[in-house]
Amino acid sequence: MTAELIIFVLLAVIAVAAALGMLLSSNAIYSALFLVVNFGVVATFYLLLGAPFIAMVQVTVYAGAIMVLFLFVIMLLGAERLRHPNQVLSWQQPLAVVLVMALLGFAGYVVSMQGLASPPVDVANTVSYGSPAAIGELLFREYLFPFEATSLLLLSAMVGVVVLTAVDARRGVSRGVSRDRRS
Amino acid sequence: MLLQELLRDYLPIAILLFVATGMAFAMVALGHLFGPRRDGKAKLMPYESGMTPIGSAVRRMPVRYYLIAVLFVLFDIEVIFLLPWAVVLRKLGLFGLIEMLVFVTILLVGYIYVWKKGALEWE
Amino acid sequence: MTISNLNLVGTLPLLFLSAWACGLLLVDLWIPGDRKHMTGWMALSGFAITFFWVSSNLGQREEAFGGMLAIDGFSNLLHLVFLGSGILATLLALNYLKQHDIERGEFYPLMLFSVVGMMIMSMAKDLIVVFLALEMLSIPLYVLVGFARTRADSEESALKYFLLGAFSSAFQVYGIALIYGATQATGFAAIGDAVAISGASPLLLAGIGLMLVGLAFKVSAVPLHMWTPDVYQGAPSVVTGFMSVGAKAAGFAAIVRIFFSAFHSLAADWAPVIVLFAVLSTVIGNVAAISQTSIKRMLAFSSIAHAGYVFVAIVPGGYGALSDFAASAVIFYLAAYGLTNIGAWSVVIAVDHADGMGSDISNYAGLARRSPGLAAAMTLFMLSLTGLPPTMGFVAKFYVFRAALAAGYTWLVVVGVVTVLISAYYYLRVIVVMWMNSGDGQVVTPRALNFTVGVTAAATLVLGLLPGPLMAIVESSVRGLF
Repeated sequence: MTAELIIFVLLAVIAVAAALGMLLSSNAIYSALFLVVNFGVVATFYLLLGAPFIAMVQVTVYAGAIMVLFLFVIMLLGAERLRHPNQVLSWQQPLAVVLVMALLGFAGYVVSMQGLASPPVDVANTVSYGSPAAIGELLFREYLFPFEATSLLLLSAMVGVVVLTAVDARRGVSRGVSRDRRS
Repeated sequence: MLLQELLRDYLPIAILLFVATGMAFAMVALGHLFGPRRDGKAKLMPYESGMTPIGSAVRRMPVRYYLIAVLFVLFDIEVIFLLPWAVVLRKLGLFGLIEMLVFVTILLVGYIYVWKKGALEWE
Repeated sequence: MTISNLNLVGTLPLLFLSAWACGLLLVDLWIPGDRKHMTGWMALSGFAITFFWVSSNLGQREEAFGGMLAIDGFSNLLHLVFLGSGILATLLALNYLKQHDIERGEFYPLMLFSVVGMMIMSMAKDLIVVFLALEMLSIPLYVLVGFARTRADSEESALKYFLLGAFSSAFQVYGIALIYGATQATGFAAIGDAVAISGASPLLLAGIGLMLVGLAFKVSAVPLHMWTPDVYQGAPSVVTGFMSVGAKAAGFAAIVRIFFSAFHSLAADWAPVIVLFAVLSTVIGNVAAISQTSIKRMLAFSSIAHAGYVFVAIVPGGYGALSDFAASAVIFYLAAYGLTNIGAWSVVIAVDHADGMGSDISNYAGLARRSPGLAAAMTLFMLSLTGLPPTMGFVAKFYVFRAALAAGYTWLVVVGVVTVLISAYYYLRVIVVMWMNSGDGQVVTPRALNFTVGVTAAATLVLGLLPGPLMAIVESSVRGLF
């Protein structure tokens, strides 16, 4: 128990530090890289919770593919550097602080009322709970419908990205590219 | 108890991670210690195949990279679903095969669409 | 059999429409660019087949996919609302897209995907399905809003809608996670059982609240309405007409099903929040609409106010015997709003021009002289949106207020009536401008648009005069469900 707690606290500190680094970097690329660290730590959390499959997904999809996507978007927009920090956020900042305090207070209240001592899932069973086989059993029997619906969701996302980047078979080269080249 | 099981299962990976990281640092450190030093302005320039770099390295990338990246993510998610399916396929039997067939067919529609629209062509 | 109660037969209309959407996407690839209206007609026939299929079997009471989906009168009636708005919007799109030079075949499959998402949303009996359905209806809508991507305001509204929508989805997922943490279940029935035993823990209430944020965003309730005017104004008007009805109805479908079945025993906790949404939306929506000069922004604020009236109908749902009554009132109100609102947006499309002119209320001056039929229809729609007889909007408001009165919320009904009086000011102003002022300008009325306006106007009037049969159908389909 104590060894687990030490590992958790160490990882939690890294995770929070990475999240803060992501928020506070003025260079968007650094933010993205901090986010990779955060994703990695969260993947380790999943491992500690006995969910190796989710940990693997976290690394391959989030830290891998989605981060590549983020970096492309940042570079696509040329948004590496924030040129005008604090431009219109003057009155929002104190408000945000107040709201965050309220949120933290409420979260603290929820945690204190609920108690941290009672984990919702039996820890002894967690090792097999998150294995790929257990997930497969659940996903392809009980959660069959959400699984199949996901494919339709992915399909409409595919159509969406093609429509919005204006790829067209007739023209071949998209308008977005030619516009970028001129500028 | 959980931690011990984790350690047993993932210790090789952890060792690999440490060795790989250590190796990277060690190589740089060794080069620093034993290599000859000839510093100069030219050595600090970004390396571009021996050419003098023109303009800034920070420039906008074509939207095409983004398109490919999104399509990659979408198909990546499809592949992720194949893993737990493959593990339990024997238990699921024919029913499982049909399930995955429907899933893959729907995404195949997307693949044909993307292909036919020319989203996979570079120029 | 590896899954109990799969019931593919019961879900056939849904599966058919999904398959039709995929097929249409493929077929469209081989339809030449100058004949994209063929894709539109095929989408239309898909919608129409499903519409008649669903309406032939309204009174079903079944479950499918092992209890993940419910097929009952509630979902079936709302399916008709979604499919109906899909049919009318597709009809409008046939000419609108060409006229505004944004015709692409993908428009129609995306619309079909969105309707499939809405249909799933109204059937969902599991929080995971609710989330997936929400994304499934939203992602095509984000794209459709930005469909006129040569226009900067369309792109801007798509970006705004997408960013805020993604943010609200995050709230919803977090809420679902907390609810799962508190009850260890995602199915409505199992959550209901767990809640009945354990009662309201702070964790559960936090989860419910966060989930409600995600859904209230979709139905554009105050204070989560900020995106609505900009998006409704910037999006292609066909899409606005479609999403203002479909997305709103789908969001309310999920709210009704979740709160009436899973959290029924917590009514004392959630009713005040719903009341707050109702009061804020009706008051702020209607007051803000007064100062609008653009008809699109006016209709956007009107849509926020109408979300408030639906919330008024949801409030009595927590009172045991009244939940059927509340659900019927919600369905009837959404049907009335859907018909009227799509009609009003068709008139907006007729007056609007490709160059962006004609979206001001002042452009409606003299419409009565130029196009009396259109003006008469618009008058009817404005009366119905206000809630004046002899229109369907009046019956719907009456129905909603009666439900709230039955639950003892007299003061809420008073607020409702006062805001209706406020709304009369800006709705009637459009009528006055159309009939009293003189002005000129062109209206574009293709046959499909005339048909849409005619059908919606006739339905608004006929169902306003003879609401009995429809009410009886709604009440008998919903009876005993919640």
